[in-house]
Amino acid sequence: MSETLDLSLYTKPAGVGTLGMELAVEGIACGGCIARVEGAVKSLPGVMEARLNFTNRRLHVTWADGAVEPAQILEALEASGYHAHPFVPLRAEQEEAATARQLTRCMAVAGFAAMNIMLLSVSVWSGNGTDITPETRDFFHWASALVALPAAAYAGRPFFASAWRALKSRALNMDVPISLGVILALGMSLVETAHHAEHAYFDSAIMLLFFLLVGRTLDHAMRRKTRAIAGNLAALKADTARRFAGDELVSVPVAALKAGDRLLIKPGERVPADGTVIGGTSEIDEGLITGETTRRAIRSGAVIYAGSMNYSGALTMRVTAAGGAALIDEIEKLLDKAASAKSRVMRLADRASRIYAPVVHLTAALTFIGWLIAGASLHDAVVTAIAVLIITCPCALALAIPAVQVVASGALFRAGIILNAGETIERLAQVDTVIFDKTGTLTLPEPRVVNASSLDPDLLQKAARLALSSRHPLAVALSREATTRTPFNGAVEELGQGVRAVIDGVEARLGSGEFCGIVHPACTENNLSHMWFAHGASAISIAIAQKLRPDAVEVVKALVRRGLDLRILSGDRNEAVAPIAHALGVRDWQGGLRPADKIALIEALKAKGRRVLMVGDGLNDAPSLAAADVSLSPISAADVTQAHADAVFLGEQLRPVLEAIDTARRAHALMKQNLWLAVIYNAIAVPVAIAGAVTPLIAALAMSGSSLLVTLNALRAKGRKQ
Amino acid sequence: MNVLVYLVPMALGLGLAGLFAFLWALKSGQYSDVDGAALRVLSDDDVDSCRRTPDASQHGA
Repeated sequence: MSETLDLSLYTKPAGVGTLGMELAVEGIACGGCIARVEGAVKSLPGVMEARLNFTNRRLHVTWADGAVEPAQILEALEASGYHAHPFVPLRAEQEEAATARQLTRCMAVAGFAAMNIMLLSVSVWSGNGTDITPETRDFFHWASALVALPAAAYAGRPFFASAWRALKSRALNMDVPISLGVILALGMSLVETAHHAEHAYFDSAIMLLFFLLVGRTLDHAMRRKTRAIAGNLAALKADTARRFAGDELVSVPVAALKAGDRLLIKPGERVPADGTVIGGTSEIDEGLITGETTRRAIRSGAVIYAGSMNYSGALTMRVTAAGGAALIDEIEKLLDKAASAKSRVMRLADRASRIYAPVVHLTAALTFIGWLIAGASLHDAVVTAIAVLIITCPCALALAIPAVQVVASGALFRAGIILNAGETIERLAQVDTVIFDKTGTLTLPEPRVVNASSLDPDLLQKAARLALSSRHPLAVALSREATTRTPFNGAVEELGQGVRAVIDGVEARLGSGEFCGIVHPACTENNLSHMWFAHGASAISIAIAQKLRPDAVEVVKALVRRGLDLRILSGDRNEAVAPIAHALGVRDWQGGLRPADKIALIEALKAKGRRVLMVGDGLNDAPSLAAADVSLSPISAADVTQAHADAVFLGEQLRPVLEAIDTARRAHALMKQNLWLAVIYNAIAVPVAIAGAVTPLIAALAMSGSSLLVTLNALRAKGRKQ
Repeated sequence: MNVLVYLVPMALGLGLAGLFAFLWALKSGQYSDVDGAALRVLSDDDVDSCRRTPDASQHGA
């Protein structure tokens, strides 16, 4: 069936008479792919530019309007073996890109200034020890000022702005002492230079800015990279829907659906939007929404939700809310409540700066008063107090946590875990209770053949190959067993019945027992779906059911070994949950729970002082994910659910959950270690500064030394190679 | 030491030139695909594609 694919939602004018489109491309493995992808698109008439960004797997195409249909570009890529999905970059992503560019520019300016001022400063330091003339020293100091002041005004903006926001809301953050230190150091140095003094601290102020900007830029770059990959995954997940335009069917991206649209949903397809059935009968699987694994029979007038899988018949529906805008009322209410009641654990960095900033400012003030009482001149007392501020400027402290976060989120990313926020690591590290949802989380999101080992492998292969010709979800599950991807020639699908084909001169049938001509006892196990395959005289019964993720047992054992309390809370019936809980050896389990029940149980645990990690994928889990201290979601989860999870993990395995907890614990330990390193550094440096013995040389050494130490320590968060 | 009067500004000027070169590179998108740039060097798009060895169409390791 050839339908036109309407992609006008994704194209935008790129110039006069030209259109442009962004595509996320799947299957890019090596450098050769760049030429193949670009070549495939450029060979189309009218395409003016095709440029693949290898780093984030995105292709930018521009073409002369009317010369080529956007759908043809997708087809050309498909023909050369690459699956591509159009998408519109998220606003948040574009804003982050702008921030990242600003940070990099600031870092470049600070880096340039730091190097050049250091060149002048080193000359002054060595000259002070030998025979520099005061005129030359003044000249060097003025030259430093000329570089330092504009550079600090430009490169310091991210810190000044953040400090100002904090002060306006009557709070203190790490940027307040940083900004104060930088401004005072520059001001004092300027006054000192005007008075022909021996020491100026231009180098310290700019170096501080440079180190901090390096940390922030790295942090931002890491977050941008994961954000881009997450954006691609979202684009890859986006489906198309068949919309009626008059009597004709047009494929449109789900994002383009509007309320009131009439859609056709074939068997084996997911419902693209919430709506009402207006024609046809079928069974749908709402596992992704409720966690329930038995299918619901529906007919005209039934309300269906986005994400349900259509099983047996074609349906016509009218969209009531597109793009998952309207959730099941109950879930929406719960979600609002849970999200607002969520007690955020105070971040380590904020806690540290809340103690740190007042202590620093108090110490500086006491130093000033102390020196005045001791009889020093006003000038000397001010200089010493500012030296205390500079030396305590939290270079190491401000790097201590972001540096670990960068390394740890990089390690998590490689393990297939995408974090939504940096502080997730801290919350993950403190978890002592893990709650799993069953359907789609402990089990694989799609059903699998469960009795493969007891079947004749030859017949199973034939059945699986025949299943390739059907879109029925059970057939799709069976076709995963096939070793070849070529379907049999002449296979015919009889809708709602099964598939038949002639194999080796004998007719083979796959489908219900009735269709295959087999009389069989009614099936009593309600977790299993049965399909029959008959080939001549031989016949097999294939059982298909939800299957545990391949490493679930192992991971659950490892989690228990780490002293975590495991529970299963499922929306599915008790009879379906019991065997899974038994197989995993989890004693604490409950089935048949509504979203509100799950939240109540989580709240009860939290009230007992537990730190709860919730792992779930269904729409019904979204409120509990928001209610838990920290939450994880598989990539197959419903969109709303993913949006409420703190991190998303990829792949068929459950191992990322274990990996996430391990890495987070290691990272958290390192963060604390780094904070202690910063404290120890201050314990040594501050007395020296109070005594008035800090020269710019000592300040520079102390600052770069401690930053280096903290950064090197952070690298250990990567973990040992396994 | 009068030589410093123009040597120091010259050093600063050179540094500034480097800074502007970096900012220009950043602005023109040279850092937007660092992994791709490393691989594009190896692609021989100036060679006629028909004459490429057959294994060039396989995915490399």
